[in-house]
Amino acid sequence: MSDPVLSVKGLSTHFFTRVGVVKAVNGVSFDLARGEIMGLVGESGSGKTVTGFSLLGLVDAPGRIVEGSVKLNGVELTTLGEAELRKRRGHEISMIFQDPIATLNPMLTIGQQMKLAIDAHERVSPRAAQSRATELLTQVGIPSAAARLRAYPHEFSGGMRQRVAIAIALLHRPSVIVADEPTTALDVSIQAQILAQMRALARETGTAMVWISHDLAVVSSLASKLAVMYAGRIVEEGSTATLLRDPRHPYTAGLIASLPAMARPGAPLKQIAGSTPSLLSLPEGCPFAPRCTQASGQCTTDPDMTRNDDRQWRCYHPFGHTTPEPE
Amino acid sequence: MLGFVIQRFLQALLVMAAMSVIVFCGVYAIGNPIDIVLPPEATQEIRKQTIRRLGLDRPVYEQYFIFMGNLLQGDLGRSFVYNIPVLELIGGRLPATLELVLISVISATVLGVSLGIYAGYRPESWVSKTIMAVSVLGFSVPSFWVGLILILFFAVNLGWLPAGGRGETVAIWGVEWSFFTLDGLSHIVLPAINLALFKLAMMIRLARAGTREIMLTDTVKFARAAGISEVTILRRHLLKLISIPIITVFGLELGSTLAFAVVTETIFSWPGVGKLIIDSIAVLDRPVMVAYLILVAFLFVTINFVIDLVFALIDPRVRHGAAA
Repeated sequence: MSDPVLSVKGLSTHFFTRVGVVKAVNGVSFDLARGEIMGLVGESGSGKTVTGFSLLGLVDAPGRIVEGSVKLNGVELTTLGEAELRKRRGHEISMIFQDPIATLNPMLTIGQQMKLAIDAHERVSPRAAQSRATELLTQVGIPSAAARLRAYPHEFSGGMRQRVAIAIALLHRPSVIVADEPTTALDVSIQAQILAQMRALARETGTAMVWISHDLAVVSSLASKLAVMYAGRIVEEGSTATLLRDPRHPYTAGLIASLPAMARPGAPLKQIAGSTPSLLSLPEGCPFAPRCTQASGQCTTDPDMTRNDDRQWRCYHPFGHTTPEPE
Repeated sequence: MLGFVIQRFLQALLVMAAMSVIVFCGVYAIGNPIDIVLPPEATQEIRKQTIRRLGLDRPVYEQYFIFMGNLLQGDLGRSFVYNIPVLELIGGRLPATLELVLISVISATVLGVSLGIYAGYRPESWVSKTIMAVSVLGFSVPSFWVGLILILFFAVNLGWLPAGGRGETVAIWGVEWSFFTLDGLSHIVLPAINLALFKLAMMIRLARAGTREIMLTDTVKFARAAGISEVTILRRHLLKLISIPIITVFGLELGSTLAFAVVTETIFSWPGVGKLIIDSIAVLDRPVMVAYLILVAFLFVTINFVIDLVFALIDPRVRHGAAA
């Protein structure tokens, strides 16, 4: 593997609220190679979205990145000033959001919004901007793109709006796109189309993606690599195929077992008992322990990442692996 | 779009017709103008004559239809008191109110929206907290008191600005304006500030609330993620997104201030229409009251009509909704 385009090490983002410190992201690390798609999976409140925003340096107050490093094309982002960060957003790293109805400005035409995004990083003539916008819209599968530049967001369907948002994110051929559940709000058939298109685009343009989702089924059809998040940390990471076939962490195993495809028709879906802990007052030790079938006394201390071949997990009692002796 | 305009226009006509009935009946129900127009020692014969001359002997519906007939010919009747056409009377006073109100409402909007956006954009800074404190004052301090304090401070104690009147005026197209002379401008300053304070406070609140809400939306987050600068986000995204409520309130304020700037006009002896209507009510000068209220209704209807058109111009959803 060549140098990663995105390298995240020990990233922690905390929110300093009146009631206490919310540790939304707690020591997250991963690498992303050129053109690689990584799925970032977890329940709501596990810190996936905050991780995404942290990568772009867009954490809203009262939150901030308290430690760790985010290197994009070899440049450390966490220590950059706002002006330098802005130059990279949309240019080297961009983001798309869950709700395509809320992301586009209803009072500007698609063309105007794309022009704003182009002007943010380059000085180009209106004509050049228009042809670039048309090209991108065509690429994401919007028919008669040139004419659609004059249209307003409300004249598009949800799926089409999300394609417009994707086109805007792709305008400057960024190295990385952070996709925060971009297909969750869409019909299943449109979801499949967009997933296929994103995969093709990533391959063509060499854009790497962090695909944030709570839906393991969607992500596993797209991503070559998976990172499973729980309570602000990555609890298991590895290639999609390995992880699905042979999960180590009990939480990953629980997620896979709860997939509808894993159940026999008519049988109830498996669930993970309990609910996610409050990030305001995380229990001592492994945060998953209270819900874990494998938990033991050892789990009251926090497990470290265990590396093995090309995968890693954070558990004392991993499935399919001999338990390391406690120190 | 044309259908939308016609529909709104017909609605406006209907509102005006309804307003004319309400106003006419309402004013008719108040007192007996004869008692005020004539001296108490007037003979029975003179009373009868006057009643007939003023048309007050006819039933109310007949008076209404005569009034409406004249109105459609552009004749709003003659003032009982001044015995000159009402239109002339109001027309002579309107420019004074118009310039005072336009100056204060427009400057309150421009300043208030700017301050409000700042306060909404940086809610934690002490500048924003100061702005909000000023706006609370603007809301809660009564306007007559502010007017008196302004006069006391700037006119009496400091002697910088005149305390009342319009000052020197200049005739443009036969209408007298204070706005275009230096002396006239110095006369406008204090009443304009007095009138603007409440509107300023409201615009600050409105713009601040809108800004705080919009800055948290995905639209702004998405724009930031695309690397668009904060200035551009404020100018191109925010300003458009908060414009709808601001324009609505601007229109309503413009109308109500034009109609009821009476407190300020009285304190600063500004010879506008507000003072005229109060004087007319005191002497039950019915034609002036009716004409004035009809005029006010007309103003509101016109302003609302224009605002609807502006909405259609700036908001594509309204425009397309109206076309369908």
